Amino acid sequence: MELAEVRHIAALVRIALTDEEAESFRQQLSSILEQFEFLRQLDTSGVPATGHAVDLGTVLRDDVAQDSLTPEQVLSNAPRREGEFFRVKAVLEE
Amino acid sequence: MAGLWHLSVREAGLRLQRREISSVELTQDCLERVQQVESRLHAFITITPEQALRQAQAADQRIATGQTCPLTGIPLQVKDLISTAGIRTTCASRMLENYVPVYNATVVDKLLDQGAVVLGKGNMDEFGMGSSTENSAFAPTHNPWNTKRVPGGSSGGSAAAVAAGLVPFALGSDTGGSVRQPAALCGVVGLKPTYGLVSRYGLVAFASSLDQIGPLARDAYDCALVLNGICGHDPRDSTSLPQPATDYTSGLEQELRGLRLGVPEEYFTPAMQPGVRQAVEAGIKALEGLGATVQPVSLPTTKYALACYYIIAPSECSANLARYDGVKYGYSFQDTSNMWEAMEKTRQGGFGPEVKRRIMLGAYALSSGYYDAYYLKAQQVRTLIRQDFARVFQQVDALVAPTSPVVAFPLGDKTADPVQMYLIDVCTLPVNIAGLPALSAPCGFSEGLPVGMQLIGPHLSEATLLRIGHAYQQATDWHLRRPEI
Repeated sequence: MELAEVRHIAALVRIALTDEEAESFRQQLSSILEQFEFLRQLDTSGVPATGHAVDLGTVLRDDVAQDSLTPEQVLSNAPRREGEFFRVKAVLEE
Repeated sequence: MAGLWHLSVREAGLRLQRREISSVELTQDCLERVQQVESRLHAFITITPEQALRQAQAADQRIATGQTCPLTGIPLQVKDLISTAGIRTTCASRMLENYVPVYNATVVDKLLDQGAVVLGKGNMDEFGMGSSTENSAFAPTHNPWNTKRVPGGSSGGSAAAVAAGLVPFALGSDTGGSVRQPAALCGVVGLKPTYGLVSRYGLVAFASSLDQIGPLARDAYDCALVLNGICGHDPRDSTSLPQPATDYTSGLEQELRGLRLGVPEEYFTPAMQPGVRQAVEAGIKALEGLGATVQPVSLPTTKYALACYYIIAPSECSANLARYDGVKYGYSFQDTSNMWEAMEKTRQGGFGPEVKRRIMLGAYALSSGYYDAYYLKAQQVRTLIRQDFARVFQQVDALVAPTSPVVAFPLGDKTADPVQMYLIDVCTLPVNIAGLPALSAPCGFSEGLPVGMQLIGPHLSEATLLRIGHAYQQATDWHLRRPEI
């Protein structure tokens, strides 16, 4: 794995990295990916993919109104709020 | 102390119902025991003594009116990945250090409804990612058998608490072995139920297709009692199985004659310690002595399980942990006016190294250009692993194998190399990949440290696994050994 790839993935998952962190992840992720190479030995052509180990159907509940959390409950752990809203930093630069 | 802390769930329950002891006495005893040893173990992240004593008083009132169930008045520890309303639920992460849920997980609601007493929250690897509890952002848990050793993980706090007599039982969660492996390393019993048997509502998500809540206790009977208390269909979990209620204690006394056990050769790897091999082989002999027939079986895809798991679990984790953005709850980096920088620094400061590693690994496996080679391939391998198990379960009723190839290792021994830590889980990962139930029970000692034997069965075979564990524990006394701490 190249350093540029580590930086690209870190940007996708929104994690800031110092230079030391980036280099350490590059080494560790490379050695983990080497382990994965082993899977290529196994012929899986025509094998269906398993997403869930137990057969499940789509579950729909009846369309009946239920109580949900109150705005106060929902906001109780908010780092920043304004009235009944979560407050975020500016999305668009002025 | 009245010495009640060593009682099993079953014994404590019977004494409570006969009113020989009160829940307040039992709870106080456990709290004193916590006080005595917790500074050497770090098995808890949060201890809730006042609330526990209030719950114990309520349980005593309930017992006085005769409206009890087997878990009424019994103290427990809840892994800190399971939501508890009003009690902070940190997932052993800086990210959620001050997060206080506004609702209970379904399993917590169920246990509180039955009058159980929550003593506090269990230490663990951050978000369940690890095999030694050294990835806790707060402090590593120490093994009560030797405090220089790890307790296993990720539910290491739960296993250490049960082994040291801090609580009669605990709730852990198992994504790749996180209930069974620490149970093995601490000499207690751990059950990973069939995927979907126990509701995941309120379990903070790590890898949704693999996660399952399970009990840790000192014997198979106690695990059956706890499973009775937490299983059942939950409309709030769309992956919950529509199973009718079962009493898992009812078939426990049945003998093992006629039962067919398979020993999967692939689980006895070259990396397995000789002392572990000896103890597990002696355990298998004992089961044979109890009337079970034993035959070797082969699960040839076992060697692919590690790579399969470390693609699927991080992929799901990278999606699940996208929610920690510093906006809705949790740690939030404020020292900037830029939204993206705030988010990136929130995740940089809030997550520990193993969590970041898995998020990045998962995002890589899912990213365009690599999806087919990694994620799709792993899902296909998952099918082959399932088929392997399905094939052997036509020949045998259950499998017997080691839980971990090694006994508890020294703290710091495997933290430098993530792959070495991942290899510890080779015997437990395939079970989650296939959604199967499995039980780990103590079967001996090596280097003075406990060894665990793993029983694996087809979907919804918990009753059989618990019956085998119980029969084994009627004939042996490994589960009665206690660490001197």
